[in-house]
Amino acid sequence: MSVSTSLSRPAPNSDVHNRDAQQRDDRGLDAADRAIVLATQTGLPLVPDPWSAVGREVGMSGEEVLERMRAMQARGVIRRVAAVPNHYRLGYVANGMTVWDVDDAQIARLGREVAAIEGVSHCYRRPRHLPHWPYNLFAMLHGRSRDEVERQAAALRERLGEACRDHRILYSSRILKKTGLRLAGARPGTASTATEGRG
Amino acid sequence: MTLDDLDGVDRRMLNRLQDGLPLVARPYAAVADELGIDEGDLLERLERLCGGGVLSRFGPMFHAERLGGGLTLAALAVPEADFGRVSEAVNALPEVAHNYRREHELNMWFVLATETPERINEVIEEVEAATGLPVFNMPKEEEFHVRLHLPV
Repeated sequence: MSVSTSLSRPAPNSDVHNRDAQQRDDRGLDAADRAIVLATQTGLPLVPDPWSAVGREVGMSGEEVLERMRAMQARGVIRRVAAVPNHYRLGYVANGMTVWDVDDAQIARLGREVAAIEGVSHCYRRPRHLPHWPYNLFAMLHGRSRDEVERQAAALRERLGEACRDHRILYSSRILKKTGLRLAGARPGTASTATEGRG
Repeated sequence: MTLDDLDGVDRRMLNRLQDGLPLVARPYAAVADELGIDEGDLLERLERLCGGGVLSRFGPMFHAERLGGGLTLAALAVPEADFGRVSEAVNALPEVAHNYRREHELNMWFVLATETPERINEVIEEVEAATGLPVFNMPKEEEFHVRLHLPV
C-alpha cells in the first residue's frame, strides 16, 4: 500500500478525502514540529501551563508550542488532544470488529451512514481477499457485553439492507501487543506515539 | 481502579476530555470552568485517572499518515499449535503497533505503523519470512469515521 495511492483515490463528497487532498503537499513535519511530537507523545504535562512545560523541554516559548500544536491540529496531523480511555477499565469488555460484504456501488454512501450510527468508533473500507475474505467494510463496536455489541450490529445490518450479503463479528479475545507508532529519534523508553486509527 | 471508583465529577470530566482539550493558553482552567470546578481539582483528578489506569494516556492523538508514515491492518491465519511462536515473532517487530487475537480463522490481527509508506511492504515480507504464513494486507481504502468515545 502506498499512502499517496490511497490519498489520490477519487471519493466525491467525502470530507475526509477532501481534507486529505489538501494535505498531500504538506504532510510530514519540520524539525520543530517533530520535537514537539516527540516531547508530547507519551502525554501532555498535567500542569496549568502545559505549553511552557513542553517549550522548556524543546527550547521554544510556550506561545510557539501552542501555535504549532494549533497548526498541526488544523492540518489534521493531530486529531485532537484528549483523554484516551482504557476500554476494559471503563467496563467496555466486549470489543467487536464487525466486517461486512457490501455492494461496491453503494459502499461510499453506506459507509458514511454506518459510521454515523451510535457506538461505531472506527469505520473503513478495506480490500477483499477472495475467496477467503469477502468483507470490504469494517466497523469497530464497543459494548459492556456481547449482547450490547450484537444489538449495535443489528442496527448496522438494518441500515445496510440488501446491499449487504454477509457479515461477521470478530471479538478480540486477547490483546497480544499494544504499544503504538514509534518515531525515530524518540528517547529510549518513551518511544511510543499514540495514534488513533487503524490504517 | 475501576469505574466504581469514579464519582460524578470524574465521569463528567472523563466524558468531556474524550472530546478534546481546547488549544488555549490555560486549557485545563478552561475545561474546569466549563465543569464548574477548580483547575487544581481537575488536574488532581486527571492525574489520579492516569495513574489508576482508567486512562491509557492524556495527550495528542496523532494521524499516522499525516505524520508522514505508513499504516496498515493485516491478518494471519495461525494454526493453534503455532500460536505462541507466531505471536512472539510478530510482536518482536518494532513496526507492530497493536496485535489482537480474534475469534475467526484469521485469528491474529495487527496494525503496522512505519516511518515511511514504502516500508510497509518490506515489513509484510519480514512477517511472512519470520512466520512462514501468508499475510492478508488490508490497508484502508476509505476512512468513514475515526472517533473513539466511550461514555461513562
